[in-house]
Amino acid sequence: MATFLGINLFGLFGQLLVGLINGSFYALLSLGLAIIFGLLKIINFAQGALYMVGAFFAWIALDSMGVNYWAALVFVPLAVGAIGVLMERFLLRPIANEDHLYSLLLTFGLALILQGTFTHLYGSSGLSYAIPEALKGGTRLPFMYLPNYRAWIIVASLVVCAGTWYMIEKTKLGAYLRAGTENPALMQAFGINVPLIVTLTFGFGVGLAGLAGVMAAPVYAVSPEMGSNMLIVVFAIVVIGGMGSIGGAILTGLGMGIVEGLTKYFYPEASTTVIFVVMVVVLLTKPAGLFGKEA
Amino acid sequence: MSSGNEKIRISDLHAFYGESHILHGIDMHVMQGELVTLLGRNGSGRSTTLRSIMNMVGRRTGSININGRETIDMPAHKIAHLGMGFCPEERGIFASLNVEENLMLPPTVRSDGMSVEEIYEIFPNLYERRTSQGTRLSGGEQQMLALARILRSGANVLLLDEITEGLAPVIVQKLAEVLVTLKERGLTILLVEQNFRFAAPIADRHYVMEHGHIVEEVLKHELKAKTELLNTYLGV
Repeated sequence: MATFLGINLFGLFGQLLVGLINGSFYALLSLGLAIIFGLLKIINFAQGALYMVGAFFAWIALDSMGVNYWAALVFVPLAVGAIGVLMERFLLRPIANEDHLYSLLLTFGLALILQGTFTHLYGSSGLSYAIPEALKGGTRLPFMYLPNYRAWIIVASLVVCAGTWYMIEKTKLGAYLRAGTENPALMQAFGINVPLIVTLTFGFGVGLAGLAGVMAAPVYAVSPEMGSNMLIVVFAIVVIGGMGSIGGAILTGLGMGIVEGLTKYFYPEASTTVIFVVMVVVLLTKPAGLFGKEA
Repeated sequence: MSSGNEKIRISDLHAFYGESHILHGIDMHVMQGELVTLLGRNGSGRSTTLRSIMNMVGRRTGSININGRETIDMPAHKIAHLGMGFCPEERGIFASLNVEENLMLPPTVRSDGMSVEEIYEIFPNLYERRTSQGTRLSGGEQQMLALARILRSGANVLLLDEITEGLAPVIVQKLAEVLVTLKERGLTILLVEQNFRFAAPIADRHYVMEHGHIVEEVLKHELKAKTELLNTYLGV
């Protein structure tokens, strides 16, 4: 077994890879949350549940309709995004001018309803989703074995995150989003249909969760609890990165995945709490988050 | 005058913010190519009048015709597309955008707006600082930017709220020159102004507001005769 200074390199790289995979999902989910929080100032507690719904949609589509993974990658985010559009239009918009606590409770309630519904229909034990044929197998690297599907997750999530970052930070549409975050009333006065942008943004942010759900289906068990387990960590990541910071959410998501992976190797007992320790330290030293702008 | 070149006609406009009733039946009009000011003390309803035209108040009743079209039930984002450009009192420069992004932000509402080159020619400072964050500009530069971006959009009716507020005299002078140029180009301007000495030489007409009412209309040639009256209303 390859060792270096008494460190088991196979084990270390293995945990790093697991960390990167988790980090990829953290990044996708916290990116969606950050986009939604940035424009709507809504803390979407249903983000985890919609990620779970995305995974179930992929599973149901394959199981009962024979829709394969690649088709699911396209249509599931659209379907979950459509749920988001309806959610924003008919549930969140009527309370948009109320205290933020209302939208937080509403999305939390929705998350519980979704989770309960899927538990009722499919049980809580978890279903398995086969890795698509094209991504089976793996590559033997000097220090580790890299399964193709895991490599695909990392690459795909990086591409989606980078593309979203570019769209928001560098394009005209992104300028509308950023400006709409600051002063929606003035944007309306300039002739921009802000309510429409808000609805579509919510749909997009939620669609990212759906996409993460499809990508997660073959690596994690598809179960009603998969979202709630993820959500708490993702919230910690959004806080560490800085509420509403797009780049912050992506980098912190990946970074925290790696930190978690390393902790699993060096001190496994702390691996589930390390992200919260980081959150506490960041909040004490930099209350706006690592990439957040001071108010 | 025929109503064909009437850009804005407001009749019996009432505006509300929540429970507070701010405008109490405003009647006024602005002709094409005119520069009209709204004078009055703070809180007399001048800004609210501009914001009502843009449908940025809580609730409004009455009638607001723009180019002969009734807009009282029109959603806010459609009003700009009638050729309206609004420059808010707080200038509304976006901190998350740089100068050029701020300039390019408002969608084009008419095809014959100023080109970016033309704008940089009028406001060379904006060109030099085009990559700076919008809110890093000086107050005067931010005001130029707020004005420039609605000119680029092609708006031909400008609603300008207190654009000289807090600016150095040399900048105020520059703004006056810009407004005169715009007027020569045929743009219509409705100006809320505290600085009467800025407004008097360039405006065609003045409306004086008090407590949400229009209490006086003063034509340019009546200024001398009505100075006393204006002083009472404006408290100068």
